[in-house]
Amino acid sequence: MREDGIIKKIKQINFGLMSPEQIRKLSVVKIQTPDTYDEDGYPIENGLMDPHLGVIDPSLKCRTCGYRGGDCEGHFGSIDLARPVIHVGFGDVIHKILRSTCNDCGRILLDDVEIEEFKQKIDFCKEHDENINDIIKEVYNAAKKNVCPHCGAEQEDIKIDKPTTITQGDYKLTASEVREKLERITDSDAYVLGVNPEVARPEWMVLTVLPVPPVTVRPSITLDTGERSEDDLTHKLVDILRINQRLIENMEAGAPQLIVEDLWELLQYHVTTYFDNEASGVPPARHRSGRPLKTLAQRLKGKEGRFRSNLSGKRVNFSARTVISPDPNISINEVGVPEMIAKEVTVPTYVNEWNIDEMKEYINNGPNVHPGANYVIRLDGRKIRVYDETKEKILEQLKPGFIVERHLHDGDMVLFNRQPSLHRMSMMAHEVKVLPYKTFRLNLCVCPPYNADFDGDEMNMHIIQTDEARAEAKSIMRVQEHILSPRYGGPIIGAIHDHISGGYLFTRKESVYSEEDAFQLIRKSHLKMPKRKHKDWTGKELFSLLLPDDLNMSYRANICRHCEDGCLKQDCKNEAYVVIKNGELISGIIDENAYGSGSGKILDRIAKEYGPSAAREFLDRSTDMAIAGIMKIGITTSLNDEEIPEEAQERISEHLLKAEKDVDELVDTYNEGYLAPLPGRSLEETLEMRIVQVLGEARDKAGAITEKYFGNVKDESLVSCHNKFDMSNHSVVMAKTGARASMLNLTQIAACVGQQAIRGGRINRGYKDRVLPHFRKKELGAKAKGFVYSSYKSGLDPIEFYFHAMGGREGLVDTAIRTAQSGYMQRRLVNALEDLKVNSKGLVTDNCGMVIQTIFGEDGVDPAKSDHGKVVDLEKVISEMRVNSNSKKSAKKEPYHLTYDYGKSNPKENPIFKWVNGEMYKQNKGKTEKVEE
Amino acid sequence: MSEETFDEAKTLVKSVVNEKGLKFPKSYIEDIANARIKHDLTDDELSTVVDKVQEAYERSFIQAGEAVGTVAAQSVGEPGTQMTMRTFHFAGVSELNVTLGLPRLIEIVDARKKIATPTMDIYLSSEVPEGKELAPNQDEEFVRKLANYVGKSTINDVLEDFNINYAEMEIEVRLNKSKIVDEKRLDYNDIIAKMEKITKKVEIDKDDDSKFTLQPSKTSIRELRLLADKIRDTQISGLKGIGKVIIRKEEEYTLHTEGSNLKEILKIDGVDNSKTKTNNIYEIFTVLGIEAARNAIINEAVSTLENQGLSVDIRHIMLVADMMTSEGVVKSIGRHGIGGEKSSVLARAAFEETGKHLLRASIHGEVDKLTGVIENIIIGQPIPLGTGSVNVVMDEKYD
Repeated sequence: MREDGIIKKIKQINFGLMSPEQIRKLSVVKIQTPDTYDEDGYPIENGLMDPHLGVIDPSLKCRTCGYRGGDCEGHFGSIDLARPVIHVGFGDVIHKILRSTCNDCGRILLDDVEIEEFKQKIDFCKEHDENINDIIKEVYNAAKKNVCPHCGAEQEDIKIDKPTTITQGDYKLTASEVREKLERITDSDAYVLGVNPEVARPEWMVLTVLPVPPVTVRPSITLDTGERSEDDLTHKLVDILRINQRLIENMEAGAPQLIVEDLWELLQYHVTTYFDNEASGVPPARHRSGRPLKTLAQRLKGKEGRFRSNLSGKRVNFSARTVISPDPNISINEVGVPEMIAKEVTVPTYVNEWNIDEMKEYINNGPNVHPGANYVIRLDGRKIRVYDETKEKILEQLKPGFIVERHLHDGDMVLFNRQPSLHRMSMMAHEVKVLPYKTFRLNLCVCPPYNADFDGDEMNMHIIQTDEARAEAKSIMRVQEHILSPRYGGPIIGAIHDHISGGYLFTRKESVYSEEDAFQLIRKSHLKMPKRKHKDWTGKELFSLLLPDDLNMSYRANICRHCEDGCLKQDCKNEAYVVIKNGELISGIIDENAYGSGSGKILDRIAKEYGPSAAREFLDRSTDMAIAGIMKIGITTSLNDEEIPEEAQERISEHLLKAEKDVDELVDTYNEGYLAPLPGRSLEETLEMRIVQVLGEARDKAGAITEKYFGNVKDESLVSCHNKFDMSNHSVVMAKTGARASMLNLTQIAACVGQQAIRGGRINRGYKDRVLPHFRKKELGAKAKGFVYSSYKSGLDPIEFYFHAMGGREGLVDTAIRTAQSGYMQRRLVNALEDLKVNSKGLVTDNCGMVIQTIFGEDGVDPAKSDHGKVVDLEKVISEMRVNSNSKKSAKKEPYHLTYDYGKSNPKENPIFKWVNGEMYKQNKGKTEKVEE
Repeated sequence: MSEETFDEAKTLVKSVVNEKGLKFPKSYIEDIANARIKHDLTDDELSTVVDKVQEAYERSFIQAGEAVGTVAAQSVGEPGTQMTMRTFHFAGVSELNVTLGLPRLIEIVDARKKIATPTMDIYLSSEVPEGKELAPNQDEEFVRKLANYVGKSTINDVLEDFNINYAEMEIEVRLNKSKIVDEKRLDYNDIIAKMEKITKKVEIDKDDDSKFTLQPSKTSIRELRLLADKIRDTQISGLKGIGKVIIRKEEEYTLHTEGSNLKEILKIDGVDNSKTKTNNIYEIFTVLGIEAARNAIINEAVSTLENQGLSVDIRHIMLVADMMTSEGVVKSIGRHGIGGEKSSVLARAAFEETGKHLLRASIHGEVDKLTGVIENIIIGQPIPLGTGSVNVVMDEKYD
């Protein structure tokens, strides 16, 4: 289409039925013989593989259009059916129409007033592009009359035996009789019955001619053995032809009516299964092997059908897939592409006088050396593969206007995607960075939107082929444009794992660096070099280099304990109260609440006020700094982190024993009948709830004790509200800062795993009245119903292990079911809402122009641009306003720019010197200047 | 500055906004008014705040062409994978089981007429009625009476003793009178009448009127047993559709029911009609209309998501709710609702029931105008959303 410079647009598609005449007119050949090929393997004339129907083999010529296989799109043939046959899909409609029309005169069973009324209703709907199904239903209901209002004839009951048998009273109507009845219906009656006479006549629903699809629709496969294997449709057509032939012969021979009828019915069966092999009431036609045939309806239907699998989604070229692995050294905007892939997938580039030298270089490198080229498209549209042998010739010919399909190189925009693509952040545009080895590399901050990890995940990459698409991808699909999620108006791309624990370890009070170390860190973080201080640097000072100079904010970090005896704010012993003044981190540490994905407050602020580029810059540089920082300090965790002293162990078992006793007591009270039921609950339920509560408390207490002892805090006096944990324990650091795991996980490792649950209650299945035969029947104690006293570290006993596995199994089953259910829900939601858009006047409308909302979300605010759903944080506005009015500083924002380029080798940013017509030109950032020698 | 009431602040903010010729949604004006009271904003400061809000408002306005539907669907659907499947959970009232998590969200989106666990929260009026000392929401007597009127109770609940005498072929029943009168506050004669409805042979003990003997109409052990079960299960009070009722007292008395019957509950005197609610959206639609149903969908979906600790912007949920209710009836998201009513044949065929839609389109002679997203994808044209929604328009003057 493109190549001719003509772009045609399809404006609309009209649906209708094909009349027998149309089918015949379309047909290039009448198929009569059920055989396909003769002994020599040549297609038989008037057979199902008649060469008039088109060819697949590129070496053959089509007898109809003269094109070769591949170019010929195929031509329809036809089969004249010996007797008419009902189309399965319309059995129901035919029945309804016959029931609504007079058996005698064929008029619709409505009086003229009603007809006019319904006609107007249908006209109205058609005019307004509305669905007429409901009106047609009404017509069918209204036309259930016993006496014809036109001729006065009494009506016999017409019934349908699905799918295609129609009976009038006790008499079984033949398809010919049905057709005759349908023929009598006038056009205007048909219109009211829902058959639009402009495109369809009722009798066309009974087939007399069957169109035969071209061979391109049903290609035969040649197996390795040389045997030919025909398509399911061809098989079915052979069946139809055979029966049709026999029927003709029998009729000509004047066979008894019974035999003719039997054959007729058989023909009906074959035509039925040819259209739909899953029609209810019909045994599916099977292949010799017993596999049901895939006929027309099956080709279209369902997930693997034509619509969902081939039309709504397509296989594409210029895509790549491989395993992903992490790389904190590349930007969030980048993706590391293996050289092997970069040499395979290409970018079509128009040759012009400015890039011709570059292109020549690529061609010279050929397809096997990295920045090379695979194909060249000449001005006449011919595509030439670049080989070492053809290189010279191509280089000679090359001139502006050619298209070179060059290898992927650094800076190219590609789309990157991980399934399941649940939201728009599952497919974002990245810049290519060609790297060694064979995996895609991505920055860890983009793991949350893709929901990726590196336990073997694979991702797809698509290379953009046109400039329009490239421009669009760069301006709206780039990773940095998606830092803020439209789901909740906060960052979804942000720090995870070591990035967070690193931030903490390196901004806390203890972190002081000599100036040499500090400058090394700054260098590693690709930051502008600050002035020397000739003094030690704190981690906070270093982190401040990342912040914009006019940033003012304060918030509570993730490590905040929410002290009951009042917040000490800046004097918090845990440094949980973060204060940033004019871009200086005054107090507090950096953790998940600073730049984590989902809750990062600083990141959120920067993304909203300084823009996506600044946010990207902040994330990239802070990754560098956190990684560099964490490498100076070192972080390691082992089982020793979950070590607790003997004393703690004793205290825990004390609590657990007490809980066990309490449970036994509860059971005793229950058995004695003294247990008081909770309102609205039975005694058994009450007991169950109380036991769960007691055991839950016991585990929590055990957890609380463990937390106190973590990291061997020997001095109990230190264990106060304001300093509960020893943050030299790296497991605790990770849990508290939000980097990974939770305190619950840690206490389960160290102290007690706790109650295992199935279906929200204690484990209650297995043998009769008991879960395992190790218990007495009807035993209600803690251990008998799945309470795990042990910790993961000490190890579970066999019974506990079994209970734990039961609980674990439930979790697995749950996730499996849930993904299927939520996937279907999302498909339905997307299907229902996909056509909605905001129009130029701010109304939310569907594709027909129907207004769904007069203003989006009642205030017209884009959630992605909002501040967690609000337009603006008034508190922030007011405090900022007051600060500004006090200091009288100019509110003008300094441009936020962190990076100093240490000579990064980005070919796009370094000038390229070129020779054109004997003169040297300097090409830099799109500008070309002449250079005087 | 003297204490300013919220309403005064609101009118002031409104006038400031109007003076500047701006248009703010109501909630913004309220927020600013609150801020004025909280921070003691001077008039000048108020003016700058309004300017700042306007600035932010303009900046965050949604762009024309934005595919809000898809974004909303994804924003509601994506967290589905993170939700729990556990159907039953204790919500608010620990005594009642309520469907939560993904199954509940699916239920809402499906617009089911019969939901798995209907419940009601009945609030009572705080106004003291004439001739009474206490307002209904403080009056224990009233609350208990109401609870028994609303909640289902059977004879089984008020039994003192129940015995099947096979020798005499009769059932001996003794009712707990104190339970009936003091606790359940029911009418004693009413219960007897109900029993007599089941079997005619009811004999009241001469000495103790809480003692009965019942006989089945046909003398057989089978009949006797059937009768025993029937008597126990006889409902002696309660509204249709409502089961258990739980009374809660915090600052005021509230009732929580298993099952729901909004129409009848709203008719009761002393019930606060403005606060009482049910989680059955279809019932709300039939009783209170489409706008109420729309709000109910939003509220239910928001609370389901919040309960799971997932944050989804309310605007997305609003769009889903508006789509479901835009035609005056609650339509489900799926092939029986919105999915099956699209104007495009191709869109319907690509969703579900491919064959049905194609066949029907052919006899109706439908025309697909290709205005939607999926149709254009199918035929390989740019979709009419986002960057694809822009077109070149000829100036009509140049004819």
